[in-house]
Amino acid sequence: MYAPMESDNRCRTCSAIPGKIVEVSESAHSALAEVAGVTRQVDLMLIQDENLAPGDWILIHVGFALSKITEDDALGHLHALEMVGERGAEPYEEPRAT
Amino acid sequence: MKYLDEFRNPQLIAKAVDEICGLADPRRQYRLMEVCGGHTHAIYRFGLKDLLPPNIELIHGPGCPVCVLPMGRIDDGLAIAAQPDVIFAAFGDMMRVPGTHGSPLEHKARGMDVRVIYSPSDAIKLAQSNPGKHVMFFAIGFETTAPSTALTLLRARAEGLHNFSVFCNHVTIIPAIRAILDSPDMRIDGFIGPGHVSTVIGCRPYEWVARNEGKPIVVSGFEPLDLLQSIAMILSQLQKGESKVENQYKRVVPWEGNGAALRWMADVFQLRPYFEWRGLGFISQSALRIRESFAEWDAEQRFHVPGVSVTDPKAAQCGEVLKGVLKPSQCKLFGRECTPDNPVGSLMVSSEGSCAAYYNYELRKNPKESSLCTLA
Amino acid sequence: MHASLSGRASESRGERAVPGIRFRDPQIEMAHGAGGSASRRLVEGLFAPMLFGPRSEPLSDAARVTIDGTRLALTTDAFVVTPLTFPGGSIGELAVNGTVNDLAVSGARAEAMVVTFVLEAGLPTSVLQAEIQAMADASRRAGVRIAGGDTKVVEHGKADGMYITTTGVGSFLPGVEIDPKSVRPGDKILLSGWIGDHGVTILLARGDLALESDIRSDTRSVFPLVEAATLAAAPGIRWMRDPTRGGVATALNELARDCGLGVVVSEDLIPVRDAVRGACELLGLDPLHIANEGQFLAVVAPEFADAAVRALRKVPGGEGSRIIGDVREQPAGSVLVANSYGGSRIVDMLVGDPLPRIC
Repeated sequence: MYAPMESDNRCRTCSAIPGKIVEVSESAHSALAEVAGVTRQVDLMLIQDENLAPGDWILIHVGFALSKITEDDALGHLHALEMVGERGAEPYEEPRAT
Repeated sequence: MKYLDEFRNPQLIAKAVDEICGLADPRRQYRLMEVCGGHTHAIYRFGLKDLLPPNIELIHGPGCPVCVLPMGRIDDGLAIAAQPDVIFAAFGDMMRVPGTHGSPLEHKARGMDVRVIYSPSDAIKLAQSNPGKHVMFFAIGFETTAPSTALTLLRARAEGLHNFSVFCNHVTIIPAIRAILDSPDMRIDGFIGPGHVSTVIGCRPYEWVARNEGKPIVVSGFEPLDLLQSIAMILSQLQKGESKVENQYKRVVPWEGNGAALRWMADVFQLRPYFEWRGLGFISQSALRIRESFAEWDAEQRFHVPGVSVTDPKAAQCGEVLKGVLKPSQCKLFGRECTPDNPVGSLMVSSEGSCAAYYNYELRKNPKESSLCTLA
Repeated sequence: MHASLSGRASESRGERAVPGIRFRDPQIEMAHGAGGSASRRLVEGLFAPMLFGPRSEPLSDAARVTIDGTRLALTTDAFVVTPLTFPGGSIGELAVNGTVNDLAVSGARAEAMVVTFVLEAGLPTSVLQAEIQAMADASRRAGVRIAGGDTKVVEHGKADGMYITTTGVGSFLPGVEIDPKSVRPGDKILLSGWIGDHGVTILLARGDLALESDIRSDTRSVFPLVEAATLAAAPGIRWMRDPTRGGVATALNELARDCGLGVVVSEDLIPVRDAVRGACELLGLDPLHIANEGQFLAVVAPEFADAAVRALRKVPGGEGSRIIGDVREQPAGSVLVANSYGGSRIVDMLVGDPLPRIC
């Protein structure tokens, strides 16, 4: 079995990447996830409590899903960043509930 | 790519840089520490230092689990793998780390069965497909990775997989931060808090940093915009004389952390009374060992482990660089005897070690005459 | 292929000759075959002083040999890729295209090649036949004649199916003089297209990572592209290289070292397919260090650069060609990758061996 070494690239132990769930297994213990067109089985046991469905985004770390990515938070965050400079002193207000 | 590209948007980055310049008091020197090795790597990979005003200094913390592993533990792992019919399985990060008699890769070239894996579950697969051999997974990492190892041990036990064990070198992040703050040489104004560790432990464990030590700490994502925004948030706190824990990486990090992951970890691991950290010495309650109920899958129980403590070569200043007391370029061996091609210490091997990052990304750049901000 | 450029007394800009690196590693590691810094140490520190004689010229993709006044390009290569077949190609195709490409980026048309097979006992004939067919097809497409060869068989357990070595000979295209010492600040850096496809394909084809995607190897002859560029811009072409093992980063670092100047490229201009990016992010790899088998890099004088790009884009398969950066005084001897928001990083040549047996 062989896998690449990232000795001059990114360290496995810290890096995690967002991926999209393509298909959840019957047992719901694992899922096929996709990162920009590359797919791999990912273990879901660490986020079993989330109700996961195809189209959901998860944070993948060494083949395990660590967290579900909240689209609202991500969008709100970007919105806040876009507003920076237009409000002056206090740019980091909590995303307002709509 | 979704959730990455948006956080690399040049216009938003420019805005974030403007904001930092606006918040930074030109009469003040800011020393901010990023704890996590992944942040060290990101800072260099995205050239973020080029964007910051010159009075903001980023100090690299000890959050690189490869870097803090003492050489003796690598020797121990290799000693186990030197037994007949043992396969040494580890992530790529471990492969070039020097032990006393060579790195795992060098041992592989001399005939040891060494395999690089991407996931701990790959180690299970290796054991399943090699029934005549024993697979020893050399596990490293902070709390980000420990839950995956825990689940893997649970699976090994559930499946009754007997030709599999874990050599556990998981360490915990809070004692490392404490060691930095306790160090008399350090003056840190604020912390960029670990991003992925926090998905597991949440943000509460950092409250003592803000409350007792009076330092802002902002849990940060890994994209340029995340890091820049986190720096701005720290500066904003400093400007207001505040010190609190903030979560910049909300889209991924839940404030309470991951309860399931913490439960699995508690089932499988317990804290070692103490563990030796490269450069930081022995720290109590800072590392995980496998519980008795999983003794059969604990490589330290299954095999005899020499357990010799090996000190770094005298001239190597890994410890001081790890603590952020010295810049990589200030170590006597940096760029001479110790290069990525011929690493003496693990900070030069791991891409998140400050020395490797500095060497690979920074060393030969021209120092910038001026940064992007104009300060009054 | 590492060849010593035969003696042209080129003027020196006061820049150092290749230093006399002595090879001190006690044993051979996989990294020595990876095409990066360890490979360079081996070649410069062991092969060069012992085989090539005391020279100070940089190493290149093909040797220049003059026989009775006729200048020929000569190259040799070994192919040890595993698995033998993969999406987009196979070891036989790599062998033909790789040889043709080494000659092409040295400014030569491949005229003929000879091939050696080291075969593992037990290799099914059908597998061998498929490779021979692939080589016949590839050589026809590339317009190169396979003039002969040799075969050896080794015991089961060695040679991993088969190893192929090739030797190719070519005739130089008129008006093209490749010499890194002729590179000047202001020269443009051209890249022919998407990077990282081949290396990632091999990695995924090994099957161990359980990653799936539709990425394919980019193996092809780059000679049509080189020919088009030279027809449009021959007087301006200073240097060419096919970025195989070690990727674009290694090739550009060799350029920077050999010309003593700085190479600055723009990250956003370097084309990487989404799937390659995704695989690299998942695995923690940098596309700049990943092998390509159908791309080439060129350094072209600024007054010729646009003409070269236009000519490349007219060639089928060359549509992705573009200028990715330029040569500058600083950072001398290094490669700088700039991003779109004002940050930059130095990219070194490959260290270690993230993707062994890639070609």
